[in-house]
Parts: sequence; C-alpha cells; structure tokens
Amino acid sequence: MTPTKSYRSPLGRARGLGSAKQGVHHFWMQRLSAIALVPLTLWFVFSVAQLPGASYSAARHWVSAPSVAVFLLLLIAALCYHSMLGIQVVIEDYVGREGRKLVLLLLSKFIHILAAVSGIFAVLSLALGK
Amino acid sequence: MNSPSPNRERPLSPFMLGPYYRFQLTSVLSFIHRLTGIGLSIGSFLLIGWLVALASGPWAHAAWSGHLGAWYGQVLLAGWSWALMYHLCNGIRHLFWDVGLGFDLKTTYRSGYAVVAVSFLLTAGVWALACLG
Repeated sequence: MTPTKSYRSPLGRARGLGSAKQGVHHFWMQRLSAIALVPLTLWFVFSVAQLPGASYSAARHWVSAPSVAVFLLLLIAALCYHSMLGIQVVIEDYVGREGRKLVLLLLSKFIHILAAVSGIFAVLSLALGK
Repeated sequence: MNSPSPNRERPLSPFMLGPYYRFQLTSVLSFIHRLTGIGLSIGSFLLIGWLVALASGPWAHAAWSGHLGAWYGQVLLAGWSWALMYHLCNGIRHLFWDVGLGFDLKTTYRSGYAVVAVSFLLTAGVWALACLG
C-alpha cells in the first residue's frame, strides 16, 4: 500500500482538524466541579446514611430544610456537570466513528441536562411545598 | 530488497494487557478511576431518581426504597458508595498532581496505596453510620 500523495500544504491539512480551543475550559471546569464535589458528596453521603431506613417523612423533612435544599441543588448541578464532562472524555477516547461519536455526545448531554433539571425541580418542589 | 512486510494480525492495545503489558498499581488505579467514574455517572441518576420519587409522593418513594432495600439494591448501594469514595480520594490525588505535587514514583505509589485504604475506611464509616443510625 503506497500512501496517497497529497498536494495540500501541511498547514492546510492541519487547519480545521486541530484544537477547538475548548480544551483548557474543559480541563478547568472538570477540576472546579471536582473541588466543589469533595465537600458536597461527603456531606450528602454521611447525611443520608443517618436518615432512618426507608422513612418517607424523615427523608422529606430533611430535603425540605432550606440549608439542605440549597446544598442539594449545588450537589445536583456540580454532579451532573462533572459527570457530563467525564462521560464526554470517555466517548471521545473510545468511540472512533465520527457519526456514532456525535450521536453519543449529544445523547449524553441531553440525558445529563434532563437529570439535572429533574433533580432540581424535585428539590424545589419539596422545599417550597406543593 | 525485501518486499514490504505484509499487514499481519498484530495484537492491538486491549490485547496487550496481561501477556505483553505488565500491570502496575499506578495503571490499575487509573483504570479503576475511569471505571468508577462511569459507574458513578449511572449512580448519580440513582440519587436523582430518589429525589424525584420523594417529590412524587409516598407511593413512589415506597417503591423506590423497596428496590434499594432489596438485596440487589443494597449490593448496588455498597458498590456505589465505595466507587464514590475511591473516585473522590483518587480525584484528590489527581488534583495534587495537577499542581505538580507528589508526582515522583515513590510518592505516587504511596498515595496510591493510601487512596485504596482510605476509600475502604470511608465506605466502612458510612455503612457503620447507616447501620447504627
């Protein structure tokens, strides 16, 4: 197999194939959300562990407290954002075919946004009382 | 001159693991970080499902807690809580590396063992609290 001869200049071939200038933003946001998630997840897991079993009223009472609701909203936002950034990297690393990659990236974005909005709506409706 | 070498079947990267690529603590922990990350993404929908069930009323919440209280739910929660603690501890290790700290081989191994130990300790702590409370 002989490589096909290209008459385009190296710069011409590289244009449009390189960095989309989003890498630093992605890196920074992944770290920022990670730092936020350290206290938020520890607080959440250790608080939920203290809730009595499957009690509906105890769980509802806990979520409805204003300070808890605010931290839950922050947790949902940071968690979904961090998860979306991470899954994006996994898809970009392992899915080779461009079409399939694009579909999966869009699907991941939509699912994460759906999850975030559902969680935020649930907390607000519990905290503000329906 | 020899003719160009034929396109032989050569082992590609996933098949390199094991026979050609020796596992080390550092690379295994790196794999686990990514695997737990994927698992936790799915697990975060578990948390959101719990909040949505709670907001939907006692019936939905009872159905949700029924599943989480069953053996498969408890296994899932145990795995999820350890995955969270591992990803959290190893994530902190990554943050130190990001600012250029602890990147020499000796410290990397030491922090790796520490991450594994602390992740199990934290998981045990959460479950001890859940069982006592």
